[in-house]
Amino acid sequence: MPRPQYQSKLLSLTASALLLFTLASCSDHQNNVTAGNLSGTLHWGNSTEPQSLDPHIATGVPEHHIISALMEGLIYKDGETLEPRPGVAKSWDISEDGRVYTFYLRENARWSNGDPHNAHDYVWSWWRALQPALGNLYAYMYFPIENAKAYYEGEISDFDQVGVKAIDDFTLQVRLANPTPYFLQLLDHYSLFPVHRATVEKFGTADQRGTRWTYEGNMVGNGAFQLKEWKINRRITVERNPYYWGADNVGLNQVVFYPTENVTTEERMFRAGQLHYSGVPSDKIATYREANNPALRIQPYLGTYFYRFNVDTPQLQDKRVRRALAMTINRDQLVTQILKGGQFPAYAITPPGTMGYYPESDLKFDPQAARQLMAEAGYPNGEGFPTTEILYNTSEGHRKIAVAIQQMWKKYLNIDVTLLNQEWKVYLDTVSNHHYEMARAGWIGDYVDPNNFLDMFLCNGGNNRTNWCNPEYDRLILEQAPTAKSHAERLTIFAQAEKILLEDMPVIPIYVYTSNNLVHPSVKNFGRNILNQANYREMHLQPEAQGAPQQ
Amino acid sequence: MIRFAINRLLQAIPVLLVVISVTFLLVHSAPGGPFSADKAVPPEVARALEAQYQLDQPLWQQYISYLGDVITGDFGPSFKYPGRTVNELIAAGFPVTAELALYAMLVALVIGIGAGVVAAMRPNTMQDYIPMSAAMLGICMPSFLLGPILVLIFGIHLEWLPISGWGDIPGDKILPAITLGTGYAAYIARLSRGGMLEVLSQDYIRTARAKGLSESLIITKHALRGGLIPVVAFLGPAFAGLLGGSFVVETIFQIPGLGRFYVASAFNRDYTMILGMTIFFAALIIVFNLLSDLLALQLNPKLRQQARGHH
Amino acid sequence: MDASSQSTEQHSSLWLDAWLKLRKNRLALFGFAVLIIFCVVSLLTPWIAPYGYEQQDLMLGATPPSLEHWLGTDIFGRDMLTRIMYGGRVSLMVGFIATAVALVIGILWGAIAGFMGGRVDALMMRIVDILYALPFMIFIVLLMVVFGRNILLLFVAIGAVEWLTMARIVRGQVMALRKQEFIEAAYSMGLSQWAIIRRHIIPNTLGPVIVYTTLTIPSVMLLEAFLSFLGLGIQPPQSSWGLLINYGVETMEEYPWLLIFPGVTLSLTLFALNFLGDGLRDALDPRAAKD
Repeated sequence: MPRPQYQSKLLSLTASALLLFTLASCSDHQNNVTAGNLSGTLHWGNSTEPQSLDPHIATGVPEHHIISALMEGLIYKDGETLEPRPGVAKSWDISEDGRVYTFYLRENARWSNGDPHNAHDYVWSWWRALQPALGNLYAYMYFPIENAKAYYEGEISDFDQVGVKAIDDFTLQVRLANPTPYFLQLLDHYSLFPVHRATVEKFGTADQRGTRWTYEGNMVGNGAFQLKEWKINRRITVERNPYYWGADNVGLNQVVFYPTENVTTEERMFRAGQLHYSGVPSDKIATYREANNPALRIQPYLGTYFYRFNVDTPQLQDKRVRRALAMTINRDQLVTQILKGGQFPAYAITPPGTMGYYPESDLKFDPQAARQLMAEAGYPNGEGFPTTEILYNTSEGHRKIAVAIQQMWKKYLNIDVTLLNQEWKVYLDTVSNHHYEMARAGWIGDYVDPNNFLDMFLCNGGNNRTNWCNPEYDRLILEQAPTAKSHAERLTIFAQAEKILLEDMPVIPIYVYTSNNLVHPSVKNFGRNILNQANYREMHLQPEAQGAPQQ
Repeated sequence: MIRFAINRLLQAIPVLLVVISVTFLLVHSAPGGPFSADKAVPPEVARALEAQYQLDQPLWQQYISYLGDVITGDFGPSFKYPGRTVNELIAAGFPVTAELALYAMLVALVIGIGAGVVAAMRPNTMQDYIPMSAAMLGICMPSFLLGPILVLIFGIHLEWLPISGWGDIPGDKILPAITLGTGYAAYIARLSRGGMLEVLSQDYIRTARAKGLSESLIITKHALRGGLIPVVAFLGPAFAGLLGGSFVVETIFQIPGLGRFYVASAFNRDYTMILGMTIFFAALIIVFNLLSDLLALQLNPKLRQQARGHH
Repeated sequence: MDASSQSTEQHSSLWLDAWLKLRKNRLALFGFAVLIIFCVVSLLTPWIAPYGYEQQDLMLGATPPSLEHWLGTDIFGRDMLTRIMYGGRVSLMVGFIATAVALVIGILWGAIAGFMGGRVDALMMRIVDILYALPFMIFIVLLMVVFGRNILLLFVAIGAVEWLTMARIVRGQVMALRKQEFIEAAYSMGLSQWAIIRRHIIPNTLGPVIVYTTLTIPSVMLLEAFLSFLGLGIQPPQSSWGLLINYGVETMEEYPWLLIFPGVTLSLTLFALNFLGDGLRDALDPRAAKD
């Protein structure tokens, strides 16, 4: 073999490399954002590859975004106010006692393959969602419906007894166990979305978990968009659904979701003009703020960051100790120095403003009073207080807060605290098995109502995990609140319950979340709401005169 | 040569068996399971899920049935992504990782051999010092440092190159390939310089020079073949290293390859995915090592003799 | 002159030659000096560090280099010079200990295989070949995930990856040595196999071993940094240079000094070790030109 081939090979490789390079330099004139604005394609940074797009199996925000583009419920929530708007149901009646909802479905409602869409779809879908084999982690969203809980837990076996009926093709009637003011909101949660029976059954039995019915080429939905392509780990593209009842008013032609996996990478993609929407790492928020960059959107998010106490831990059994610990956290300092994302200090577990609810709380930053409490509890100046451990799942953000709190407690109470971080799955196991002393936690609301936060800490609450149990608290939430005669009365009952919670302090509320995102100015009608839910049917793109905003 | 190859392939079987068994044990002893979730999982649901994925069977039974499946090439369903099979996910990610490794290897070979040969031509002069210092820099700068710096300069400030994706936008393969390949370019530069120096000091090279052959002809016709032997020997470990290095580069550049998937699967306790990918990678490395050894045999007659002697 | 003292003579003239050559290599000396300085500073850190290790000042936040903080502060207001010094302790410790683990296993394995020869050697080297074929990054990831991020486990895991090449090198050396005359002479003098290995074989293999060790340390340190990037390496509150670099990368644009100083320190150490290793290799065996 003639050796000079090496030389020429080298030359040709170098030449092609240079060619690629030159080609590449010419490509920046048509980045995703510019091209997308002209073609009506929205490029959306979507954190992770969705686990599943089956609305009865999925959990998680990235999944939610995609599913909400592909499917729709009886109602949908307004992008700004979160008020219920007619979705598949064009109108509805609510009975006097608040227990019977009658929905009148649109007659022009269709699935994305043209099939007619009616009330029977709902009955079948909700039956399917409650099949135990399916493993629907959101089954509890159905429990306000009469007998739904009993059916799910196997106490009754006849689905006909569950309070949902198709009166006729276009009328759906739902009976609730108790009047539930937030019921309409639940209908916009994906676990209550309908699924196309023929498609599901084509790929397996109704309760078979993880069949192929949601994949590229198979999926049929009833939303503003339909699934065009699903390239695993690369992107999911949805295009407008011509059969959607409101198709004429949908402003976008396509949405492309990118599973970026890393918020730093996502933010860079935004800056490079590859995304219209992305997250923003907390360290960069200050820079965007100082530059007054219009792309930065910070808005309150319905969620609370808190620490759980395992109240069976000997040194934490005394609620004076717990209150003292809660009172020596300087939340203002945490929020301004460490979080820097416009978050708010939390002095109660339910975020203020939840459906007009403003919890009263006498919790505040008061090291003096805290020291007093510790002394009363038998630990004057922290003497004798055993070293306690804070558990958190591995993340820089959680670590920053834990380190800061560790320092605060040392400084003000003179106690020693160690930090332990575990990887997500291990952390979940540890917490659900109650093998911790103090653990970091967070809770994002699924619907806008204080109940969603307060019912975590019921004695048998699956999400309680603190060993704290107060029968009076349970009574207020389970018995009194549902039978309240007015919204105001209900809120008062919740306030009472919250007071009990704060008195006993099985958890330390720390801050209220904000959602921090970067949204390109060409996206119109973005809709800011506290659930950070995107309303793709209302958005549209307007090409700008100038280029993408610089960092 | 054929016998050598077959022998090595046969040896590979017990190796793979060890790999499968050890990984299986490790994976099942990890705390936290695939179905732990933030929302409390009702016990009936947990039971149903475990039954579906055969996690409620005794460990040895799961092991046997898994082995049986692997022999037929079925790596099972993914735990994390219901409805996806491991085979499908590997098939989606592997071509990307392979392409990335290939380009990185090309970058490494072209730059490395080029720099090493150039340096060896005039040892201990500037022509030697400059490329070798650059090589040293390449070795000492890890890809998670180099990558973001390149992204910042070429992607964001100069806006010459795209900074994420693979195959979506022309030119988006350049930065990742360079980032991954640079460290190896450096090693290869040193190796080839060393190998070339050794060969160039041999008698037959002096004879060729005395005969009046031009320097470049000497290098390409006579010296390269022997001088690159250490490089060829390095190819096997280099490939394994590239696979490992792809984890980091794929995260930085958002590349939908297997490396990124692997770390996520370990964290998600996606048992079948972890096992499937480990076996796949191991088999790949074994094959690649075999190929590079065959190439080394081809280039070095001495080794060929030894191999014949052994087998 | 009896056999053992003859080998000792070969010994000392070899080392003397090497030392003389090394002294002339300025880069290698520079590397050596840097290394010594860093090691001394690391050892003395608890006494000479300007600030406490966990001393924070949340109100201060990240500040560029100044008179009070020569290398600036991080987002918690912790002094970077102190962080880098303590990080160096961990990084160097991981580097040295993991390499030591690899060294011990590798030397013993290679020496025994090379010395025994025959079927013992064949079996031992077969095992090395098999282990070579395994995707180690994958196993380390898995190990770390399964057993938690235990620093002891980190040493063992990294050491377990690096000993293979060491074993191969040692075995090669030993096999070459075995055939030499002074070993035959030692045999005929009645020295036990073990004594021969200890007194003659091992000292004579030290050359390549030292070289390889010096070159293993940097790759071990890099491996630790990689694992930190994936979230599997050293865990806070401990920190290492790798971890500091990772933090620095994330805020590279806002606070560049958080990246530059640990980056330069790590790179400098790696440079130093590599130059030293190259110098040693040139000094001990001028015709050896491969890894």
